[in-house]
Amino acid sequence: MMRLPSFRFHRPQNLAEAARLLAASPQTTRLVAGGTDLWPNLKRRHQQAEDVVSLALVRELHGVERRADGSFAIGAMTTLSAVAADRPLAAEHPALSRAVRSISSPVLQNMGTLGGNLCLDTRCTYYNQNEEWRRSIGYCKKEVGETCWVAPGSPRCWAISASDSAPMLCALGASVRLVSASGERTIPLTALYQDDGIAYLTKRPDEILTQVFVPAAADRHSAFWKLRRRGSIDFGVLSVAGTIALDAQRRVRSAQLFLGCVASFPTPCTEAMESLQGQIFDEEHITRAAVLARKAASPLSNTDFLPQWRSKMVEPYTEAVLREIAGLPQQRLAPAHAF
Amino acid sequence: MAERSEKQDGAAAKPEAAREIAVARNIVGTPYRRVDGRAKVTGQTRFADDLSFPRMVHMRLVRSIVPHARIVSIDTSKAAAMPGVLAFLVGKDMPNTFGILPVSQDEHALCIDKVRFVGDPVVAIAALTDDQAYEASLAVRVEYESLETIATVEEAIATSEPRIHDYSDEGNIHKKVSMQFGELEEGFAEADEIFEDVLLFEGNTHLPMEQHATVAVPEDDGRITVWSSTQTPHYLHRSLAKVLELPASRIRVIACPNGGGFGGKSDPFNHEIAAAKMALRLGRPVKICLTREEVFYCHRGRHPVLMKLRTGFKRDGRMTAQHLQTALDGGAYGSYGVASTYYTGALQTVTYELPRYRFDSVRCFTNKPPCGPKRGHGTPQPRFGLEVHLDKVAVKLGIDPADIRLNNLVQPNTITANWLKVGSIGLKKCIEAVVAGSGWRERRGKLPHGRGLGLACGSYLSGAGLPIYWNHMPQSGVQLKLDRSGCVAAFCGQTEIGQGSDSVLAGIVAEVLGIELLDIRLCVADTDLTPVDLGSYSSRVTLMMGNAALQAAQRARELVARAVSEQLKVPQDRLVFAERRVFDSEDPSKGLSWPEACVCAESRFGTLGTTGSYIPPRSPGRYRGAGVGPSPAYSYSATVVEVEVDPETGLYRVEHVWMAHDVGKAINPVLVMGQIEGSVYMGLGEALMEEQVFRRLPKNRSNALVHKHPSMLEYKSPTFLEMPKVTSYIIEDPDPNGPFGAKEVGQGPLLPMMPAIANAIFDAVGVRVDQIPVHPHLVAKALEEKARGKEPRVGPRAFPSIDFGTPLRVPTPAEGGDGQAVNQDEAKVRTGTGTMTEREEALRGTKR
Repeated sequence: MMRLPSFRFHRPQNLAEAARLLAASPQTTRLVAGGTDLWPNLKRRHQQAEDVVSLALVRELHGVERRADGSFAIGAMTTLSAVAADRPLAAEHPALSRAVRSISSPVLQNMGTLGGNLCLDTRCTYYNQNEEWRRSIGYCKKEVGETCWVAPGSPRCWAISASDSAPMLCALGASVRLVSASGERTIPLTALYQDDGIAYLTKRPDEILTQVFVPAAADRHSAFWKLRRRGSIDFGVLSVAGTIALDAQRRVRSAQLFLGCVASFPTPCTEAMESLQGQIFDEEHITRAAVLARKAASPLSNTDFLPQWRSKMVEPYTEAVLREIAGLPQQRLAPAHAF
Repeated sequence: MAERSEKQDGAAAKPEAAREIAVARNIVGTPYRRVDGRAKVTGQTRFADDLSFPRMVHMRLVRSIVPHARIVSIDTSKAAAMPGVLAFLVGKDMPNTFGILPVSQDEHALCIDKVRFVGDPVVAIAALTDDQAYEASLAVRVEYESLETIATVEEAIATSEPRIHDYSDEGNIHKKVSMQFGELEEGFAEADEIFEDVLLFEGNTHLPMEQHATVAVPEDDGRITVWSSTQTPHYLHRSLAKVLELPASRIRVIACPNGGGFGGKSDPFNHEIAAAKMALRLGRPVKICLTREEVFYCHRGRHPVLMKLRTGFKRDGRMTAQHLQTALDGGAYGSYGVASTYYTGALQTVTYELPRYRFDSVRCFTNKPPCGPKRGHGTPQPRFGLEVHLDKVAVKLGIDPADIRLNNLVQPNTITANWLKVGSIGLKKCIEAVVAGSGWRERRGKLPHGRGLGLACGSYLSGAGLPIYWNHMPQSGVQLKLDRSGCVAAFCGQTEIGQGSDSVLAGIVAEVLGIELLDIRLCVADTDLTPVDLGSYSSRVTLMMGNAALQAAQRARELVARAVSEQLKVPQDRLVFAERRVFDSEDPSKGLSWPEACVCAESRFGTLGTTGSYIPPRSPGRYRGAGVGPSPAYSYSATVVEVEVDPETGLYRVEHVWMAHDVGKAINPVLVMGQIEGSVYMGLGEALMEEQVFRRLPKNRSNALVHKHPSMLEYKSPTFLEMPKVTSYIIEDPDPNGPFGAKEVGQGPLLPMMPAIANAIFDAVGVRVDQIPVHPHLVAKALEEKARGKEPRVGPRAFPSIDFGTPLRVPTPAEGGDGQAVNQDEAKVRTGTGTMTEREEALRGTKR
């Protein structure tokens, strides 16, 4: 069995105490929510901690609240199961429920939290391995090594953002509240991420992600598709999240398209989004947008399947998402595990 | 052509025992609850890692982090100073070699001078807790001097130095085989057309739920008991005696119920031996439970096999000759590899009539975890090749793929070109069942684009005809103890690995004695207490242990019958054993309850005990290599698979599987169904996604050669969600050599799955993926080739050029052969300098 290293474990009762504990030594302290990411990472020794602060007992971080303006405030400690099962939220944003239900397996959804999923460490087959394995490759850049084995000539780390909730919430225009001992701020979710496998979050180490705000759907419609090897358990190798608002003439008033699992951050399909803007939302424009979406992705060989094939899959998966939003029948075989 | 013996009807030749007690049959053939089921689902079963003993300590292994290197130095000083650390072992503490096969005793419990793959164990550490042992293991520093690494068969063939082992047939070619049965060229000359295919079967691993675990407990008088999750306690017993240099009588091995084996726990393992040594050194019980990553390094799984088939066909689809070449990537040690090598050729002849046959093979050493036996041992790879090859030929010749098989079937009681004796064969019924069930005749080739049906067959051994080491003793033994309580204790060395062998043992004894399963108490897999059974491998247990149990139970029945006959004054042949009673068939009210009958017999004969044993019949083959392939009986399977393929993305799913298996006679149909469905599941995984593959870093930056994904998250194996609908058919064509006519079911139904899926994809979208696993991106690639007007296929193009020298030539039965080779002296494929025997002698010399 893999064993956890030893560390000091804290269970603060409120946010202020948690922020204070974290502020004491933010570089060597880690927050734990559901533990589905942190515990395996600590066991594999690619993350370390002298102190671990559990947010389990911080009541104010739990639960989904519908606010007067129709938007939702979701506590970061709300389990993925609870997020997916929340009826008002599922009615308003069914694609978000779908994205959350596609995360890992039901068992892990019972433990994993929304905040945890948004802060999920970037992943790579050269990194998410046991200590002994990583020794045998001399580690990688994301740790103490000098080389990114995915692209040895490259100066950066290419670990991928594998969060399923992140691209969907980015498409939905969500924002997040970050609290520290010295204050708090609320930023758009897209601003939380950056395309760097190591510094993938703009959140400071002393900040706690406490809430996720999701605006009301209003006239927007969304869809989420995910490609992975198996119908459960697996991280995605590609996910596509789309949110479209139409005007009365079925013209696209706003288009949001994000890809997951193809870069170190939820990847905006800028050209595809622009191509849809102001256009009639029909098959022709959907097909064109799907072709353009592929330009946003350049997957590398650091997860399951061939990167060239994953890249090709962006097109049919984007098309499937847009067709679903448009209410058009699917032309392609939905894999057994498409969502 | 193959010879037929006089006895034509295998089905009529029921074994004596089956006929004798047919009237009273109450368990065999009925779906009874498995005897270990309740304990397993309620958590009462004690697996090896559940065991705990007073003063027990924990052991960890420090494994090599380099793929091929000389060990320069080992520094344990930092680890030794850590809390709880008690002792270390290194290679020179256990200098004797071991290995499952006598011809490849090439393993050390801990590496002495050299490591051969990432994961090879170098140091063992014992500490008070597992945490302490693990932390200490990270603090051990081993200095290595790197050697050139060999990652593939092609590299092994091209690189004779440095050698991974100092014994081999040639450089880094561990084993080289070339055998020819009959006048091959005559066969090709008779053919109307000759077809060739080159295919690849990637390696994969067993993935049992239970990680290997061992607890070694020192006992009084210098004895030791080793509890382990092993499929082969007897072979572990022998290896422990050899390495520990203790008389076997002082070592007791107890195989715990295995949480899945599939062949992955069939070798004696370094961690088992090191734990025993550590326990003896410390005088304390020592436990080791491997991590999942370590299980991937133990491996002994499916060999990656590149193969080439060249077959001559008549226009009507009959085969005239076949030349099969296989190249196996063996990994870093011998394991079962020599047997695996022969198995990639041996069973090509037992399904379809093949009058002349040549088989060439090499197994190479590479710097990767050793390959060995996984469910189907060496035969799924060439079976994939043969069944895809046949499918292609059928299409080209315009013959229904079901018919090309039905028209070529081996007849019952045949001796094949390579001198295997086939008894019963229910393959025709199997094919008919799945053809009818799936609507094959109406639907194949007529489904909408993207939907398709594929058909394939298979066959497997019901136990290898020969033991792993040469001897004339039984391969399985059963002892029964009966007493006045009415309890019947059955002792047998067999190991329950989840396949249901405990239930077969209890079921057969209860059947013969007319008692219930709860009257039977089992004591199994304990080398101190139970008679030897060679282990749960090669699908041998139901047939071999079953026959031994049948004999022991019949002898017990005879004793009880004699005593009861005397007491009741009823002729012995009128006595019936049923419903926990022994009674007069003409006056059922006249009789004794089972405990009373036992009292009667114990009073008459004293302490009651009987034994039974089983030795397989001798095989007709007499040539070198004839030891691999013979079996008392062969099982047969046929499957039809329906798939849906997305022609644009290559994504596909298996919708329905129809699987028929000729098990001879189902001792317990529910367990047979379970094995069929389990095989479908495992075959599905191999076809769709499972692969044990490796990653080499850029050579200018690193020497690393690592397992790509030694974890259950990234080594992909199907979940419930990928499992299709399965319709199973149990075909019963009783074999005279099986207990009640029973043959194997544990491995056979796996074999046709992989080719059937590949064939179904062809039917669906018209492309061939000639390699396993059939990744969706490969289907997509083949579809692209098709769209470009090129050959709609992906797969290997060529078989490496290898000099196989002069093959061993064995005339076939039809040519009037006698089973012997005609050029024993001339046929030498081996050019290497070191043999295992020479190496053993040299090692002994060094020791002196």
